[in-house]
Amino acid sequence: MGFRHKDIIALKDLTKEEIELLLDTADNLSEINQRDIKKVPTLRGKTVINLFYEASTRTRTSFEIAAKRLSADAVNITASTSSVVKGETLSDTAANILAMKPDIIVMRHSVSGAHEYLAKRVSCSVINAGDGAHEHPSQGLLDMLTMRQKFGKLAGLKVAIVGDITHSRVARSNIYGLTTMGAKVFLAGPPTMMPPGIERLGNVTVCKDMREAVDQADVVMMLRIQLERQGKTLLPSMREYSRYFGLNPTVLALAKKDAIVMHPGPINRGVELASSVADCDQSAIMKQVENGVAVRMAMLYHVCGGEPVE
Amino acid sequence: MAENTVILDGTGVKRALTRIAHEVLEKNKGVEGLVLVGIRTGGVHLAQELGARLSEIEGVEVPVGAVDITMYRDDIKGHHEHLPVGKTELPFSVEGKKVVLVDDVLFTGRTIRAAMDAIFDQGRPSCIQLAVLVDRGHRDLPIRADFVGRNVPTSRSENIMVAFDADNKPTEVILQK
Repeated sequence: MGFRHKDIIALKDLTKEEIELLLDTADNLSEINQRDIKKVPTLRGKTVINLFYEASTRTRTSFEIAAKRLSADAVNITASTSSVVKGETLSDTAANILAMKPDIIVMRHSVSGAHEYLAKRVSCSVINAGDGAHEHPSQGLLDMLTMRQKFGKLAGLKVAIVGDITHSRVARSNIYGLTTMGAKVFLAGPPTMMPPGIERLGNVTVCKDMREAVDQADVVMMLRIQLERQGKTLLPSMREYSRYFGLNPTVLALAKKDAIVMHPGPINRGVELASSVADCDQSAIMKQVENGVAVRMAMLYHVCGGEPVE
Repeated sequence: MAENTVILDGTGVKRALTRIAHEVLEKNKGVEGLVLVGIRTGGVHLAQELGARLSEIEGVEVPVGAVDITMYRDDIKGHHEHLPVGKTELPFSVEGKKVVLVDDVLFTGRTIRAAMDAIFDQGRPSCIQLAVLVDRGHRDLPIRADFVGRNVPTSRSENIMVAFDADNKPTEVILQK
């Protein structure tokens, strides 16, 4: 089967077969990243514009490296240094960028749904690099690839996702992706950070206690507490959060022996993750970052030249 | 309705591979510095077969690798759905080696060009030789094989298929009209 989407906006839009194809491609492309000459000519002559309305180092660099490893020309635009600060609308920015004939726009935006809006207005492919609290498909895919490499499959895995579920686009993409692939997702977090009715998404269980979610889990995924945002209004104190929802060696011992610890980064050490856990043998955090490049290469490869579904 | 003709049966394929193995040894005066690289997917199975024969004759293991050329194709725009990407697995350095590139069918030569690009991205071999089970003609590029199992003149509309069994052993070569 092939990949028939012009854009990748959300994992919710993808079928199990399409997710599997992206993961297989990424898995095979990861070999390129181990070579001395880390480059293939596949997207030679294509132009990828990284349009980042929100600060990002990891994701933007990862997309840039991915584009360059496929021989595409990557151009970075950050909102703070662009005409956005002069009041230009997204629509006008898109029209101007489109006039320069890019093949793919990779965008991060603080507004959920901004990508869908953009994708409908441009003829080139649009890849979502994170939109508000909606989705972060490349992160979801790289997380799933990391799990699949470790356990050989996703179906039947118990995945605990702990933290600010409401505002986490990483959590949402993982929930859609993992449940589509047959994994069981257990969520835990402060009641102020747990969206009501999230169980309706499918094979998702909301746990009152973090220990219940982590118990016999194959994967423990900790989310970043956004100290700059929700931290101030939704939590009594960081100390209390860390006590009830932070991952330390005692809580991790409840998970399966070969369980892995994941985090989308950047880590608040001592808040959601104890330093000793972040750096322990079970930590797959650096593997996630490594897989990020391969996953983004797979996404760029499959959207570039793909035809929209009628 | 498609008409199938068996060009090489199981015995014929075995004989062709054994002959290629002897020719490879003669041309290279042994297996010193020799590596086999199969082009995914049929070429890889044939490279393993050829490797086994070379080892039998010389009593020395010949390294066998696999190269996937999907990311090196020159016709990416022609595909609405991108082809699945396979893995390149070269468990050895090609630097300074005599590489024998193995494929099942030699046709336009574009696959071979892509495979050579892929190999050069991994290092600089001292030379690349080409071994194919069937050469069906119709080259678009100035490429020729050093070792050929069988030359089969075909028309462009015909197709050559190399069949493999469940253990990836070649069973026959079929001409589809």
